[in-house]
Amino acid sequence: MARYPVIEVSGLVNRFGSQVVHDGLDMEVWRDEVFGIVGGSGSGKSVLLRSILGLQPPAAGTVRIEGQDITRLSEVQLRPIKASYGVAFQSGALYSGLTVLQNVQLPMIEYLDLEESLLDELALLKIRLVGLDADAAGKLPAELSGGMVKRAAIARALALDPTLLFLDEPTSGLDPVSATAFDELVLFLQKQLKLTIVMITHDLDSIFRTCNRVGVIVDRRMESDTVERIVDHPNRWIQEYFHGERARGARIAAGVGDGAGHGA
Amino acid sequence: MTVDVRRTANGLQLDLTGEWGLHELEAARRQLAGIDLKGVRELAVNTQGLGALDLSGAWALRQFLQGARTAGVEVSFQGGEPDQLRLIDDTLKAGAGSPPPGGPPAGEAGLLHDIGRFAVRAAHDWVESLAFLGRTFLTLFASLRSLRRLRPVSVARHVYDTGITAVPIAALIAFLVTVIVAYLSAHELRGLGVDIYVVDLVTIGVLRELGVLLTAIITAGRSASSYAAELGSMQLNDEVDALTASGVDPFEVLIVPRVLGFMIALPLLTIIADLVGLAGGALLCRVLLDMPLTQYVSRVDESIAPTTFWVGILKAPVFALLIALAGCYRGMQVRGSARELGHKVTVAVVQAIFLVILADALFAVLFLKLDI
Repeated sequence: MARYPVIEVSGLVNRFGSQVVHDGLDMEVWRDEVFGIVGGSGSGKSVLLRSILGLQPPAAGTVRIEGQDITRLSEVQLRPIKASYGVAFQSGALYSGLTVLQNVQLPMIEYLDLEESLLDELALLKIRLVGLDADAAGKLPAELSGGMVKRAAIARALALDPTLLFLDEPTSGLDPVSATAFDELVLFLQKQLKLTIVMITHDLDSIFRTCNRVGVIVDRRMESDTVERIVDHPNRWIQEYFHGERARGARIAAGVGDGAGHGA
Repeated sequence: MTVDVRRTANGLQLDLTGEWGLHELEAARRQLAGIDLKGVRELAVNTQGLGALDLSGAWALRQFLQGARTAGVEVSFQGGEPDQLRLIDDTLKAGAGSPPPGGPPAGEAGLLHDIGRFAVRAAHDWVESLAFLGRTFLTLFASLRSLRRLRPVSVARHVYDTGITAVPIAALIAFLVTVIVAYLSAHELRGLGVDIYVVDLVTIGVLRELGVLLTAIITAGRSASSYAAELGSMQLNDEVDALTASGVDPFEVLIVPRVLGFMIALPLLTIIADLVGLAGGALLCRVLLDMPLTQYVSRVDESIAPTTFWVGILKAPVFALLIALAGCYRGMQVRGSARELGHKVTVAVVQAIFLVILADALFAVLFLKLDI
């Protein structure tokens, strides 16, 4: 199979009033990789994600998912594309009136016509897969801890067996132990389900542990490269980001930048 | 997605081909269910032609194979057991021991049980709402001691939001209801030759009852819902907890200004509604009965007692208190979910209107006993 990008963003321009967020941003995500999106606060990471998801129509440029330009498609044409990816939002965005099980079932009910018992079984399988136990399935989102909400959000994102998964700051707000467990979950899912994962993150440990390639948003454009190479990028902000005080420990722990390499 | 079934010496061989995904799940289950396992001792599953197998497809396959195994059929794979099957096994094994969820716990059935539960909840609700009322008043009296704690800016904002912006709709309703009363009564009374009493009917009706009651009901819909929704979403967003945690009493900054603001706004709105109602009466009398304005004014003067206006306006702050409390109380009760928010807003509006009408009935009896 010829390798082609799952996501191809080219010449993306986003602006709000006179404020230009992206100015000719290019990004490519390849099959079966974990792609990390990094950038300073306010650099437009979330706007980029919203553009890719079709929630934020860009001022210019194209966004292709599986070769189809989503900026030119109607809502009806977008439906099958939207069914092919899953999104876990930063705050979880679980439907607060539904239990975890019902949250996972909702996309299945919308897209498919399945028996109730099968729905229960499949939803429960997804919930177990992300490391939640069956007790959590019957709970409402308000009764879950922060880490459980994030896991439940992934379970819902996996509801339709997508091949592409978007994660918005999956480890933010988690303690280091939970964050590490979460990184392992991401790697496990990527490997087992052969997912392509796009992940916005601020967590350097998480980047070094899980990502194959990283795209850094600097000066309204994106510089992307493999993790090993991006740390040596000459841009000042990137240097500061990967070589600053906070980054040193994470790099040493992951063995990046001192020749030990990094497996993914 | 297809399953080809072939007979072999000891049983069956299944050739799985194509895409086995969530969208083909029903078809896959149907085809697998159609396979007759009677007399089969060995089942060979050939996965070499399999295009893709996602978790849902694997689940269907796994269920079929489990059924076969429990029927005593030997299952083997050609081309290897798919990883997805192993993944499902591992996942289920990891969480083994925990009971499957039975959905939300089913309450015990029975009418008596329901009535009992309702009564307990209603009693609880009464106690809580009285506690809420008490705390609101205690906070109000405590903050009366200094102007700063009374938060005049916040009170003014609520007077604006619930009062000034409601002027057009309150005036329109007052005008329309006067038109209805005047029109119908003019029609009836003219037949009796006492059409001058239309003025009495409009004046007393508007000043004593309609002006204040209709304004209260309209603003109950507007303000009780906005109070409940605003406070409720603050609860959902932990903003109320944030206030409490920073040592600020949410009753002082959120509830007292709302109650106070609305208690100022509603009497003022009532005065406007009264004025518009009387003006509407004048217009109708002019058009329908050819009554000159001077005659209308003098008749209005004759028809009202000194207390008529005050009987109406006195009720306004009481209604305002009930409406604001219903809105705030229900808003503060919101916990957990968006659905809860919608439910509490509905309850707030219904209760506010109910309380206003109940209070109006009590006022009517009271004023009758007092002979005013």
